Amino acid sequence: MAYSDKVIDHYSNPRNIGTLDKSSKQVGTGLVGAPECGDVMRLQIEVDEVTGIIKDAKFKTFGCGSAIASSSLATEWLKGKSVDDALKIDNMDIVEELALPPVKIHCSVLAEDAIKSAINDYRVKNGLSPIEDNKKHY
Amino acid sequence: MLNLPIYLDNNATTPMDPRVLEAMLPYFIENFGNAASRNHAFGWKAEEAVDYAREQIASLINADSKEIIITSGATESNNLALKGVFEMYAEKGNHFITVETEHKAILDTCKHLEKLGAEVTYLQAAEDGLITVEQVAAAIKPNTVLVTVMYANNEIGVIQPIKEITALCKSKGILFHTDATQAVGKIKVDVIADGIDMMSFSGHKMYGPKGVGVLYVRRKNPRVKVTAQMDGGGHERGMRSGTLNVPSIVGLGKACELCRLEMDVDTARISKMRDRLEQELLVIEESYINGNTEHRLPHVSNMSFKYVEGEGLIMGVKNIAVSSGSACTSASLEPSYVLKALGLDDELAHSSLRFGLSRFTTDEEIDYAINHVKEAVNKLREMSPLWEMFKEGIDLKTIQWAEH
Ligand SMILES: Cc1ncc(COP(=O)(O)O)c(C=O)c1O
Ligand code: FES
Repeated sequence: MAYSDKVIDHYSNPRNIGTLDKSSKQVGTGLVGAPECGDVMRLQIEVDEVTGIIKDAKFKTFGCGSAIASSSLATEWLKGKSVDDALKIDNMDIVEELALPPVKIHCSVLAEDAIKSAINDYRVKNGLSPIEDNKKHY
Repeated sequence: MLNLPIYLDNNATTPMDPRVLEAMLPYFIENFGNAASRNHAFGWKAEEAVDYAREQIASLINADSKEIIITSGATESNNLALKGVFEMYAEKGNHFITVETEHKAILDTCKHLEKLGAEVTYLQAAEDGLITVEQVAAAIKPNTVLVTVMYANNEIGVIQPIKEITALCKSKGILFHTDATQAVGKIKVDVIADGIDMMSFSGHKMYGPKGVGVLYVRRKNPRVKVTAQMDGGGHERGMRSGTLNVPSIVGLGKACELCRLEMDVDTARISKMRDRLEQELLVIEESYINGNTEHRLPHVSNMSFKYVEGEGLIMGVKNIAVSSGSACTSASLEPSYVLKALGLDDELAHSSLRFGLSRFTTDEEIDYAINHVKEAVNKLREMSPLWEMFKEGIDLKTIQWAEH
């Protein structure tokens, strides 16, 4: 299968690979997927204490090129957003931006899950209740 | 001069040898006759060419030319062998024995026959990919008519103990078929010495054309017959009708001859390159060879690079053409059933690459591949959360994964 130029770009020059201090109260960590399924994504956000804006985001991904590109793109989009706005990122936005084919939609779903999971980790750490995810993926 | 990308997927298909093409060319336009036309020179020429090719094919595997049934490839040969035996020997029994790690052309044919009333035992291969003759013996029943075990596996290259199994089958009066698609032309396959009753192989895995293959069907001790699955003009001793594909058959004949004459030299050179590739890649931390390394084809290597995912890796080594057992590379998103059948950790199955060398592979290409793979593995590990955890000494099995 041929990859889109954007997938290749993110794969070749991934943005924001790295690790944030997961013990920090300002950092939310999401770890989704499973090695047996062939994809594991870890996405982290660091939220500014005063403004509530995501000032940094990092990822590491074990998975195919589309999974790597989805998480790389997600970190790009997260930076500078408020936590509430970050919650609005939809996997289909990722699919569209990266022109993912149908068999790769689950890679984008994983990225959305990783975002939600990182936000929830941050919320729980700061005394807020986690947000239920009732969304159905297609 | 290195031509990129480098082709290292020769278990999927091989390029045709230019000498094969040269042999084929006169049979498209000049000598286009139908080999079954008995009344004129056009037909005779075609028939002569086919007869000669049949000799070339037979002599590679130590068979008689009358035992060579030409088909469209190993898939058809496997279908013909299994379905043909099921029908022909229905009165004798309906039980087949095969192995979980066979090619889909065997497994799906078995599934089909099960629907028609066959009983099939699927033997489980050991961690190294091999089965034992004792396993076959234990599976035999009074109604067993056929044992089919592939000569060498297409994903990991392991060679099954064919001689021991055929000796057992012979003593029990059970027919033995082997899918030797990956073995013929690469290692010595001798239907007499190996005691094989039926054998499938394909032209395009041995530097011949695509769309042509063989089912070897023994004519003496025992005389084996299969019910035709393609009815028509009664070609190929009534077992496979259809006007013969003369140029492809000529090409297959030439390919067989070249393999027979050059196998020893090719094997020595190719296995040396394969071993070097493997030794160099094993230097990478947490890399493993999949399958038995002692009983193995000389040109295949299946390796896993733990903590990187196969499809991601294939994308990283875009200048070499290889395949992966990872789920993500398959349309079904299932990891390789062969690697899974070996009981490989899913992580390892997802992290595998198969390298297949050919007579056209060069030392420079291997050098390039070694460096390219090393770089890609390192790069992907830098972005792998699993690698980070491994480096921190975290046991991945203790983590509660959020399954998808
Ligand atoms: C072991 C084995 N059997 C059968 C086949 C099918 O061969 P063909 O596609 O030429 O029919 C292959 C090739 O993919 C193979 O590797
Ligand atoms: S991670 Fe498996 S298909 Fe993308």
